[in-house]
Amino acid sequence: MMVSSCPISPLLAAGSMPLLHNALIVGAILFALGLVGILTRRNLIVMFLSAELMLQGISVSLVAWSRYHGDWGGQVLVIFVLTVAACEAAVALVFVLQAFARTGRLDAAAWQSLRDESLARTVDRELPASDATPASWPRLSPAGVLPTGGGEDDQQRQHI
Amino acid sequence: MQSISPTSLLVLVPLLPLVGAILTIILGRVLGSRAHLPAIAGIAAAAAAAVTLLLATAGQVGGTSGGHTEPVRPVEMISTLWQWATVDAAYTPPAGSPAAIPGTAVGGQGDARAFSIPVALRLDPLTATMLTIITCVGLLVAIYSVGYMHDDPGYPRFFALVSLFVFSMAMLVAASNFLIVYVFWEAVGACSYLLIGFWFRKPEAARAAKKAFLVNRIGDFGLAIATFLLWMTYGTLDFHDTLSADGTILPGILGQTRLADVSGIVGGTVGTAICLLLLLAACGKSAQLPLHVWLPDAMEGPTPASALIHAATMVTAGIYLITRASPLFVACPGALTMVSIVGATTALVAALIATVQNDLKRVLAYSTISQLGYMFASLGTGTMLGFTAAIFHLVTHAFFKALLFLGAGSVMHAMGGVIDMRRFGGLRRIMPITAATFLIGGLALAGVAPFAGFFSKDEILATIHAKAWPNAHETHHEVAPAGGHAAASQSPFLPVSHRRTTAIGADSGGTTLDALDRPAIWQTLYWMALLTAGLTAFYTFRAIFMTFTGPTRVPDEAGHHAHESPPVMTLPLILLAVPSALAGWWLFSTNWLAHFLSATPSLAAPAVARTAVPHAFHVDLAIQGTLAAAIGIVIAAIGHLGRRSDSPQMERLLGPLQTLFANKFYFDQIYSGLIVKPLEAVAMLAALIDRHLIDGLVNAVALIPVGLGGIVRRMQSGLVQRYALAGVMGVLMIVLALAWQLRD
Repeated sequence: MMVSSCPISPLLAAGSMPLLHNALIVGAILFALGLVGILTRRNLIVMFLSAELMLQGISVSLVAWSRYHGDWGGQVLVIFVLTVAACEAAVALVFVLQAFARTGRLDAAAWQSLRDESLARTVDRELPASDATPASWPRLSPAGVLPTGGGEDDQQRQHI
Repeated sequence: MQSISPTSLLVLVPLLPLVGAILTIILGRVLGSRAHLPAIAGIAAAAAAAVTLLLATAGQVGGTSGGHTEPVRPVEMISTLWQWATVDAAYTPPAGSPAAIPGTAVGGQGDARAFSIPVALRLDPLTATMLTIITCVGLLVAIYSVGYMHDDPGYPRFFALVSLFVFSMAMLVAASNFLIVYVFWEAVGACSYLLIGFWFRKPEAARAAKKAFLVNRIGDFGLAIATFLLWMTYGTLDFHDTLSADGTILPGILGQTRLADVSGIVGGTVGTAICLLLLLAACGKSAQLPLHVWLPDAMEGPTPASALIHAATMVTAGIYLITRASPLFVACPGALTMVSIVGATTALVAALIATVQNDLKRVLAYSTISQLGYMFASLGTGTMLGFTAAIFHLVTHAFFKALLFLGAGSVMHAMGGVIDMRRFGGLRRIMPITAATFLIGGLALAGVAPFAGFFSKDEILATIHAKAWPNAHETHHEVAPAGGHAAASQSPFLPVSHRRTTAIGADSGGTTLDALDRPAIWQTLYWMALLTAGLTAFYTFRAIFMTFTGPTRVPDEAGHHAHESPPVMTLPLILLAVPSALAGWWLFSTNWLAHFLSATPSLAAPAVARTAVPHAFHVDLAIQGTLAAAIGIVIAAIGHLGRRSDSPQMERLLGPLQTLFANKFYFDQIYSGLIVKPLEAVAMLAALIDRHLIDGLVNAVALIPVGLGGIVRRMQSGLVQRYALAGVMGVLMIVLALAWQLRD
């Protein structure tokens, strides 16, 4: 085992329990973040990112286990997963773009018309009325050309 | 023609119209208005062949011997074309049954009978007569139809059907096997159905066709059961004797071997059952009570089809069948009397209905039923004279009734399709040829001397009279049965006469029906027949007076072109008027037909032949018949001659009877109430059970997956997050389960 023969900190040495624990904790946090993201967010791209996050969490733990057991197979697998994830990302983006082209929205709830016809449409709960008083933005001197927004962009923005 | 053998000619008679029909079907669209050519050519050639066969058969029978009746040698020729079906050892006749072959181990294993259906055509005087009538009337009707149907869109279809009908009818009378008879019995029924419903877009025509078909089914049912019974009783369905491979003769039901032996025919209960079933079949096809209701409705068909099928030929199939099976009937006096009772009752009832009909074709339709009833009454006497008189009347009736129908068609043609006699009158000025020929036909139907109907009707009255008052006919003498035995083998296919010496299977027990065979019954029937003769003259001349006399009136539908029909239509009328006027006198004075027919194997059988009486003219009966006809004509003249409309005083005279007759004795209503309505109620009940009980069960089963699905389908919200959540929950459950398992 080449790794074990390297003069490095015992914290990073193969079979080191603390290293494994820390890495697994990081992986679990990443996975949980991704899981929460995919369950709570409705923007298709964000959901997609969350899924990637979950994938990376698992990858981290794989690497950690690989290191712990001194077996390169886990790391090889991670490289493989990264490759596949890149391809999958391309494909998934195509789907997302197509979905956007169909509905004009990135909201996943825009596809709830696929539900069983006997079920009622799920309606978003009203957001609590925002503070009516306009925020007092700091007044700065203009620093160049103002960005021009416009009708359609603004409309879509609120759904994203 | 000398170079063609009778066998080939016999095959050609049905074959040529069939070829004509097929050609018309294939080339109909190409030929267009010339579509009649193949059909007419086929029927004309068949008619020539039939006449040749008639003359050839007459030559074999030989001439009459000075009016004195002698036992005639039966003339028969069988031509087996092919075997339709053969089942070996299908039936072993029980010992002593008439099916067992005499001289062999009776009813033993060696006597196992093959069920074989040969497609065999027969030629004998009865068949030759029928073939001639069918093809000749068929030819004239086909020629007439060229004019009558000329602008009809279904022109080729009509000629194809007529041609097909002539084929079927020719096969029916030429077949020599009960099953083949049954097949073509159905075939003529199908042709009749198709021709009644020729204008199938007209709801009445479609309904009439359906009614004719359904009512005929009842009769066909009788023929089917009779065929089964014949097979079980006789072990064969052939009419003729056949020579088996080992040289023994298999006696056919109506073959000369069996007929030569008086006890060869089964009587008693089985025989009576067979005869009554055959009578049921005949009642259906020949429109006799109680199955007559289809024929008046069948007038919805084109008039030439009515003339050919529902007057001249198809409706006589029942008379043909009973005449062919006459030895079976003679063995069962009860069934025979039933034939007469049915016939005479039908004759009277139909004549009464005909007296108040206002539709010219309906009058003729009821007249046909009535005249067929006459023939049945004659057949039922079971004597040689009875059978020959029935066929004699069949022949003359075919001519004059076809003439009357074609004349009615000519009127209908000129009147723009109107056939209600109250709406036209005085047509003799517009249509002289039609009026003259119609008058000849009417005189023949009314039985006025010397027109055809007079002689045939006189013979029928004479034969019933002889049965009712046997002592009045002193000349009645018995021909010894032995005389018939000697002449038992004339078939060219049967070189050896086989005469049975033992009486086997003769069920001599009588049936309760035989009690009907009493002089009192026959006397009643005679008076009914005589009354019918008077009524016939009345309604015939009522129709003639209403249609052709009085001031000329034409309905609006005729437009301004009410005219005599074209020559292609009047020529058949003239050609039919000649035999209508003369055939009766000629056939009666020479006694040619009766002598000729007596050589038919069925009629030459000793059981029938011994009832033959010398040919005679009964002056007293002729006077009675003529008197009845004269009274009828006079009443018709008083009521209708020259009057504009249907006479109200006649209606007042009849009172409630008028309503009864006009409603046709409420037969349709009674059948509707007794049969149609209960059947509809049962059908409705069945429909309710089917729709609610059966369908309900099926639907209940189908509800199970729907209900189960209803639980699960609530999860299909279409929101990705919910699905993802469900997935996470599932994973969690698996993880928890694993943790639970691995807890220690």
